[in-house]
Amino acid sequence: MNELLVANLLTEPVGVSHYLVVGAVLFVCGALCMATKRNALGVLMGIELVLNGANLNFIAFGSPYLRVNASDLGLDGQLMSLFVIVLAAAEAAVALAIALNFYNSTSTIDVDRADQLNG
Amino acid sequence: MDQPIYWPSVFFLLFGTAACVFAVAVVLSANIVRMAFYLVLSLAATAGLFFLAGADFVGSMQLLIYVGGTLVLLVFGVMLTSQDRFISMKTSREEMIVAALVGACLLSVLVWAAVSVPEWKGLDRAAAEAIPLQPTASPLGMGLLGVRVDGPDRSGYLLIFEIISVHLLVVLVGAAYLARAKRKRTMVAG
Repeated sequence: MNELLVANLLTEPVGVSHYLVVGAVLFVCGALCMATKRNALGVLMGIELVLNGANLNFIAFGSPYLRVNASDLGLDGQLMSLFVIVLAAAEAAVALAIALNFYNSTSTIDVDRADQLNG
Repeated sequence: MDQPIYWPSVFFLLFGTAACVFAVAVVLSANIVRMAFYLVLSLAATAGLFFLAGADFVGSMQLLIYVGGTLVLLVFGVMLTSQDRFISMKTSREEMIVAALVGACLLSVLVWAAVSVPEWKGLDRAAAEAIPLQPTASPLGMGLLGVRVDGPDRSGYLLIFEIISVHLLVVLVGAAYLARAKRKRTMVAG
């Protein structure tokens, strides 16, 4: 069953599954970015990747080109992804301000050095 | 193989591969400036995927807000904090190995879940080509104003739109307050 996913990709339309695979790759990359990066801005970039993976899934489930019964969602997926984009912008602004404050007070951007609350 | 090439699938392959490859490059790169550049390319390729799924307004908003706004903000953050010793911070090898194992497990579960539902395989070619082109900008705008024109029994998003507008205003004021330049005490006294 699974080999059919790739076999006819050049002559057949893609489906939700293909979009979900791309979204899963973006999500996992973002999660790994958040977990492994030592630069606070790298962690922020991981968050952006995770949100983009989720956005891709919203769009894919609402698209009539990818799914037979997509009309039961209508434009809900696209509206949700618009909200996610706006909230990501707000989150990036606040997180960047916090990162700048952290940099000003400790003169480092390494998140491993942020251990002042470590009792 | 006698069928002609279906070009949206070819462009899906192009944009999807670009998005995945540059996302992996963000994880693997240790240089913060290169990470920002790879992230720009990955998000732009994602905008291409949005266009291919028929979400033209969301795709252009992705380009405008994300690539044009949020990432410029991130790049400014990189420039404000990029001393020499912070530009390239390597993660230790053991951590990368553990992260790769965990990521491979998570990715395999997600991909298995994505390909295991038969309804998600995609449409027939004839059915996909029969769908008329539907611009989404004005139905989305009507939905944000509380009137849904794409379905009879759907609720609008006016309240969420208002909440998110005030939230964005409060957050930006708060961010400007948090990130303001600290004035020295002696300058205040003088």
